[in-house]
Amino acid sequence: MIRRLFRPGFLFGLTIVLFWVICALFGPYLVPQNPYADDLMNPLAPPSAAHWFGTDQIGRDIFARVIAGARPILSVAPAATLLSTICGTALGLITGYASGWLDAVLSRLIEVILALPLIVVALVVLVALGPSSLNVTVVIALVFTPIIARTVRAATIAECKLDYVPAAQLRDEGPLHIMFVEILPNILPPILVEVTVRLGYAIFTVASLSFLGFGIQPPSPDWGLAIAENYGLIVGGYGWTVGFAALATASLVVGVNLVAEGLQEALQ
Amino acid sequence: MDASAALDVRDLSVSYGKVAILRGVSFTVAPGECFGLVGESGCGKSTAAFAAMRALPPAGRITGGSITMDGRDVLALSRSALRQLWARRVSMVYQDPSRALNPTITVGAQLMEAFAVLGETDVLARAEAMLARVQIPSPARVMGVYPHQLSGGTQQRVVIAMALAKRPALLVMDEPTTGLDATVEAEILDLVDMLRRDQGTAILLISHNLPMVARMCDRIGVLYAGSLVEQGDAKDVLRAPRHPYTARLLSCLPGGGRRKQDGALQTIAGQLPAPGTATTACVFAPRCDCAQDICRTTAPPELWTQGHMATCHFRPPFPASPDALPDAPATMPVATTPVLEALNLNKTYGAVRAVRDISITLAAGETLGLVGESGSGKTTLARLLLGLTAPDPGGSLLLDGKPLGPTLTSRSRAERKAIQIIFQNPDSALNRAHRISHILTRPLARLARLSGQKLADARTELAKGVRLGDAHLAMRPRALSGGLKQRVAIARAFAGKPRVVICDEPTSALDVSVQAAILNLLAGLQRREQVAYIFISHDLAVVRYLADRIAVMYLGNLLEIGPSEEVLAGPHHPYTAALVSAATAATRVRLRGEIPGPGEVQAGCIFHRNCPRSLGSICETVPPPFDAADAHPIRCHIPRAELPTA
Repeated sequence: MIRRLFRPGFLFGLTIVLFWVICALFGPYLVPQNPYADDLMNPLAPPSAAHWFGTDQIGRDIFARVIAGARPILSVAPAATLLSTICGTALGLITGYASGWLDAVLSRLIEVILALPLIVVALVVLVALGPSSLNVTVVIALVFTPIIARTVRAATIAECKLDYVPAAQLRDEGPLHIMFVEILPNILPPILVEVTVRLGYAIFTVASLSFLGFGIQPPSPDWGLAIAENYGLIVGGYGWTVGFAALATASLVVGVNLVAEGLQEALQ
Repeated sequence: MDASAALDVRDLSVSYGKVAILRGVSFTVAPGECFGLVGESGCGKSTAAFAAMRALPPAGRITGGSITMDGRDVLALSRSALRQLWARRVSMVYQDPSRALNPTITVGAQLMEAFAVLGETDVLARAEAMLARVQIPSPARVMGVYPHQLSGGTQQRVVIAMALAKRPALLVMDEPTTGLDATVEAEILDLVDMLRRDQGTAILLISHNLPMVARMCDRIGVLYAGSLVEQGDAKDVLRAPRHPYTARLLSCLPGGGRRKQDGALQTIAGQLPAPGTATTACVFAPRCDCAQDICRTTAPPELWTQGHMATCHFRPPFPASPDALPDAPATMPVATTPVLEALNLNKTYGAVRAVRDISITLAAGETLGLVGESGSGKTTLARLLLGLTAPDPGGSLLLDGKPLGPTLTSRSRAERKAIQIIFQNPDSALNRAHRISHILTRPLARLARLSGQKLADARTELAKGVRLGDAHLAMRPRALSGGLKQRVAIARAFAGKPRVVICDEPTSALDVSVQAAILNLLAGLQRREQVAYIFISHDLAVVRYLADRIAVMYLGNLLEIGPSEEVLAGPHHPYTAALVSAATAATRVRLRGEIPGPGEVQAGCIFHRNCPRSLGSICETVPPPFDAADAHPIRCHIPRAELPTA
């Protein structure tokens, strides 16, 4: 299985993702300039040897901000994905294993949440609770949980058709043991694929919410925020203020999706 | 080379990548002849069939030899000439008919297409006539239905009809009846035999089932690890095998009325060499109990005498091996106190009555064989006894005379411990995520309430009881062979010292040599642990070997129950007669018409619509219930003296 992973697409995606992970961990120490330091004498400078990606409206170095901008998005999106994976897996295992009325009730609830448009729900909740990284994480996790639960439920139902499940019941195992020790290890592959796919969507959603002003707040070097602050300047010919942040977001999403695709192929 | 043969294969070698699957296989199928290729799983029999048609999957490569079909050198044919050959001269029938038919197209349209491809006109009439030829009762109706609306047996008839549409010179059948019930299998084989006689089609029949192939074929070849070890007239090979492998394989079969009291079954030690293992010696030498020094150094030549070939340095009788004697006879007293009693069990799923009013009693230490075809309710009955499925209200279960709850949660731990099961398919029954040690430790910890050193000792003891070593304990199920996996499943069932073990077709997925070892193990464990078995199987020879009593089920009903010998020898129920004759084939008792679907409501005797001995209107009334005092009750209106015997 490991060998089947080593295909060009997967390796390319993994390289992109690892690059941004390193930037998120060590970014501020790697770049020469301080991403937060303004230079009011030198706003909107085009890319040059001193400022590789140019500067923004208040003269902050865009290269430093793009590199440092990996941290906010790569903390919120994975945290939201992890939270939704934990909740979604538990919910999916319970609905898949229990069947009967518990499954019926929880599954309808899941379908209700699935029916709501993601961004609208997120906006409503964030308007009510106020925008903060924690709230963004929780909202995205809330919206993604039913999607993961549905995948896990389907996989669990398929596993329950195998005889090792009644065999465990016959040797007096409780439902928790059967769900988490017997079934869970066997459905990890589809969960892993779902998680990577979700991570791609989470990154996209965090960037969208930040762009709309309900996500990560200034003066963070977040990419979505940078696009929101500067997109009016594109028409004026200051494309570098937006372009590099957009490119960074796109590359991360593409990288994660390539990894997801590679995993899916390898695990099938 | 034999130019007149329908198929002539010479020194055929096939590799997958660098792994040699077939080595120097030669055989000939004459026009109108039926040639059988037999062997256990992994011996290369399907590869031989695909290679003979030059239809190997992309990874497979013919590395040597020649194939002549119908006078043409198959290996020299161009791609388009090969397609012409496939389209017009050769047909193939596979194991699973539901996969060979397109589920979205009606049977008639598919069959007409088979004729249209050949440029035939009047395809509708020809298609209908073909369905009639394969003995489908109402061809006009079947033409208009979709494959899923037909039973497995009828589907296979349609596949055979399509295969015969082109009047092929050669028909290749790869396990054509393996998924079918015994009575249906018998009918399909009769049909193939009849068609061969009137169309003169040569048949290459591939199967793991040696007795079946020997019955069907004129000549057979026995494959072992990619080499043809014996070839000859079917009757000769069966009666006087010249290769020790064939001889051992035949003695592994629990046939000829053998009972467990007569002693253990022969087994073949060791296992098939890994595919591609190169050897200059006899391929069977490592497992042969009469191998001499020469066998381990020199490959034996093909020795032909009177059309009978074997690749062995010796001629039978083979030098005897020191430890070839069977175990001491398995005599064990069967107690008369019932351990498990089921009274008037019913289970209904919507309109389907999966189990109808079944009462059985199981004595401590006895084996009750449960026989019936698919849809007979055997597995549902097993689930009811285990508490995995709750029966309809009204019936009752007794364990040691005390009432037993309908579901697992309503039973005490001691009661849950008492009834265990060995599932049919160990791949499904063993959790692939866990190591064998975990799979064996958990039931000991949960059911026997052991911990610490006692638990570790008990686990080792349990593994030793089914002849698994410490090395196996660290493995995951995937790393074990089918036989070893089933041993793990058996050990697990025995972990809690059960009173009753339900064996649900425990050997049907295994090769005969492995089956024999598993049956010996089950018989030995029963002797040692004094446990009662409910042994579910469709293989009457296996049931006869193990069972003290046999119960026959049909569409959820119990038709008869009694001591094995009496049930099998008769006088017995007309349905039992059909089952017995399907297995032995002397004169076949045929069922009438299509077996009704499980949801179809039937008035009167459940079997009367298919009964070859139906008496008329009286059979439309329900036969009298079982008399509790009768040791061998039969639910039939026919007087006991007039019931059929084997």
